[in-house]
Amino acid sequence: MTRHDDRVDISRRAFIVNGALVVAFATMAPARLLAQKVDTLGTVILAPNLPGSLKSNPFLDAWIKIDDSGITVCTGKVELGTGVRTAMLQIAAEQLSVRPALITLVTADTARTPDEGYTAGSHSMADGGTALFNAAAQVRFLLLTAASSRLGVPVSRLTAKDGEIRADDGRKVTYAEAVKDIQLHRQADATSPAVDPKTFTLIGTSLPRVDIPGKVTGGAAYVQDMRLPGMLHARVVRPPLPGARLKQLDVTAVEKLPGVVRVVVDGDFIGVLADDEWRAIVAARALTRAAGWTAAPALPGYAGIHAALRTLPAKVYPTASRSTAPVSTKPAFTCTHTKQYVQHGSIGPSCAVAQLADGTMTVWTHTQGVYPLRGGLAEMLGVPLDKVHCIHVEGSGCYGHNGADDVAADAALLARAVPGQPVRVQWMRDQEQLWEPYGPAMATDLKATLDDAGNLRDWNFALWSTPHNERIVNAGRLAPATLLAKPFVSAPPVPIPNPEGDADRNAVPPYRIPNLDVTMNFVPEMPFRTSAMRSLGAHINVVSIETTVDELARSVGQDPVDFRIRHLDDPRAVEVIRTAAREFGWPYRGTDDRKAAGFAFSRYKNIMGYFAIAVEVAYDPDTNAVRLLRAVAAIDCGQIVNPDGARNQIEGGILQSTSWTLYEAVDFDEIQVHSNDWSGYPIMRFSQVPDEVSVHIVDRPGLPFLGAAEIAQGPTAAAVTIALSRVMGSPLRDLPLMRHAPFGRT
Amino acid sequence: MIELRVNGVLHQVEAGPETPLLYVLRNDLRMNGAKFGCGMGQCGACTVIVQGKPVFSCVTPLSSIGAREVVTIEGLGTLAHPSPLQASFIAHQAAQCGYCISGMIMRAQALLAANPHPDEATIREHMEPNLCRCGTHMRILAAIRVVAAGEHA
Repeated sequence: MTRHDDRVDISRRAFIVNGALVVAFATMAPARLLAQKVDTLGTVILAPNLPGSLKSNPFLDAWIKIDDSGITVCTGKVELGTGVRTAMLQIAAEQLSVRPALITLVTADTARTPDEGYTAGSHSMADGGTALFNAAAQVRFLLLTAASSRLGVPVSRLTAKDGEIRADDGRKVTYAEAVKDIQLHRQADATSPAVDPKTFTLIGTSLPRVDIPGKVTGGAAYVQDMRLPGMLHARVVRPPLPGARLKQLDVTAVEKLPGVVRVVVDGDFIGVLADDEWRAIVAARALTRAAGWTAAPALPGYAGIHAALRTLPAKVYPTASRSTAPVSTKPAFTCTHTKQYVQHGSIGPSCAVAQLADGTMTVWTHTQGVYPLRGGLAEMLGVPLDKVHCIHVEGSGCYGHNGADDVAADAALLARAVPGQPVRVQWMRDQEQLWEPYGPAMATDLKATLDDAGNLRDWNFALWSTPHNERIVNAGRLAPATLLAKPFVSAPPVPIPNPEGDADRNAVPPYRIPNLDVTMNFVPEMPFRTSAMRSLGAHINVVSIETTVDELARSVGQDPVDFRIRHLDDPRAVEVIRTAAREFGWPYRGTDDRKAAGFAFSRYKNIMGYFAIAVEVAYDPDTNAVRLLRAVAAIDCGQIVNPDGARNQIEGGILQSTSWTLYEAVDFDEIQVHSNDWSGYPIMRFSQVPDEVSVHIVDRPGLPFLGAAEIAQGPTAAAVTIALSRVMGSPLRDLPLMRHAPFGRT
Repeated sequence: MIELRVNGVLHQVEAGPETPLLYVLRNDLRMNGAKFGCGMGQCGACTVIVQGKPVFSCVTPLSSIGAREVVTIEGLGTLAHPSPLQASFIAHQAAQCGYCISGMIMRAQALLAANPHPDEATIREHMEPNLCRCGTHMRILAAIRVVAAGEHA
């Protein structure tokens, strides 16, 4: 027994224990156990046999409403810049046999749409898309059945198109007429009428995104662009660091500044409302100068964060374990990888508009989850759920849990002070970068051995991380609520269970390995608030796995691509690897010793989209600059809804992950965070952009949607790390690469 | 009152002379294109064209504009009649969240107005001040490149 055993969460072994033990561990880790009854995005499973998000919203009319005014399709998923709105429209229009223009699409709104929890985790197509795909097919079939009765002809003689059902004798019934004969408030069936994917005219086509024309011509596209009658502008003033407490603040001078309507101070929460945005900013600056704060608790510092992670109290989760062969007697390969805190770094700081009217708080928000946010806000405001109405309006890209929910809480607290008047709050740049939840710093230890034939035999992987999922399960997860004179306390952190995983997402290699042990050390107490950022732990886990596989393959003189294929049983995995290798021209035959190539693969969460990538990078010793020259990727995301949309997502994922991997880290010392603007947190600029990025799609018509938005993050990071390690002649194991030896400071 | 000429229209603006142009455009003139990103001229989301030059409207006081003409993305084209550059961004689907895109188009527009056929290196160097977080750079470059090559209709 190791000393960690008493802290081990065995919830994921529940099936092997008896009832008495269930009681025992339920008191140790209740939330991760209970989490099994809801999905990983926070919705309650009501009908586990139904496809996609129909599991949590089983009634057809939650998704599709048809009446004389037309067809309304509701989705609980939101547009985060990934093209989801267009893809959902394609799916619904395809299955309802109508032109997309005939559909009014409503996205997440607590008064109108299904509760699909969060738009996150590359789940939108897999869950929301699948639900719409089935709901629309079933509604169409019901309409055909109703028309069949009305017209007295069998369904086989009917054709549904663009809102009309025609019989082969020319008679017709509109959808709006047919729907009067059926009840759409009925639970969906587990299976839908079969459709031959060969007949699709919208799914699988690159329908141009419906939101882009407005966005490039100055249309009102974002919550930042909202202007309601009588709207006040507000700014908040935050402590210089989390944990600092307000010592003194005299607001009398600020209250007299031009345009100032109200200064709100509640504990350490400070906000100012004004009749004009610039006047609100001027007043907030005056408040910042006027406020005195206590010192915040000391931070571990950039260089000390990984040592701190390994010594802070951790809860140990056995992610995976198997032992099916004798342990290898060959020498072990060992390595340690580290990753620093990273920022979502939205270009547009978080923003929300709120209005308290007729006893209801309405909040327009770019949150990823209107329903969870509503719960948090209701608790914070001390009102019933039905007195809070959250409506999603697009914001700047978020890439995970950023300041969206917090600024919605700011707006609600400030709107409460001026009943009737709408209040728009936008964070300033430093607030975005100091107060968003960061992507966690992590460390991993890996030990692996080959057998006598050069095959993977033993694999031991341990990782250390703070939480990746501090989503809004109570008011205390909203930063402003923790600052109030009567503060709310954040619910205890609970990791996302496998197979999705949290810090241990993609911690289990996809390869055939007889003996395997993977352990997550989950550190709940942390110097910084951390939460979900695109791909969670998969970023560093895939770097750890794929760099190791690369080095092991080379250690026995094998090509790293062939080595991977030899260890894979899944033909879909093999096909994306072969496709990426072929399109790139692998094996790489470059002769310039300042350039090299790297290859990597993973299947996101080991259950979603497949992604393989080959990259070529260059190092210029004169300028100490590194650049990704070329990236060639192959994806299999099941049936592709919108090929160009998927390519756009993958291209973006490749560039963003390259930026994380080469450049990005939150810079901090013992007393402060320096990454409070773009000079303190550099990201990729145009001079660092590759010459060429190509994405090859292995389409799987008829197979389930698997999602694309996050699948590039881990493998891209790994391929870049491998390629750059090849150029430098030694393995690079600390992210971001350019901040560590031999490029930057150690 | 301060006079301000935007997209060919002369406005009388009540804002104080120190007010950054960004807030005048967004609030006094109720335009959406120029975006608040950083307030420090570090990201380019607020980029507009003043007398032919791309400027960060977030750090440009209203009083510094004087009689110079301001052009925003609203002045390039419309939904029904987008400008060649806007049309190219649509054709390339050169946006993900799109928050940075107005600034990208305005910076590129300033280049193309002064130099209709810039080469790749010139385009990249010119676009350096503007940040995109979604990683849409390849499409942004492609959209500009096509207009720079004179390949648009």
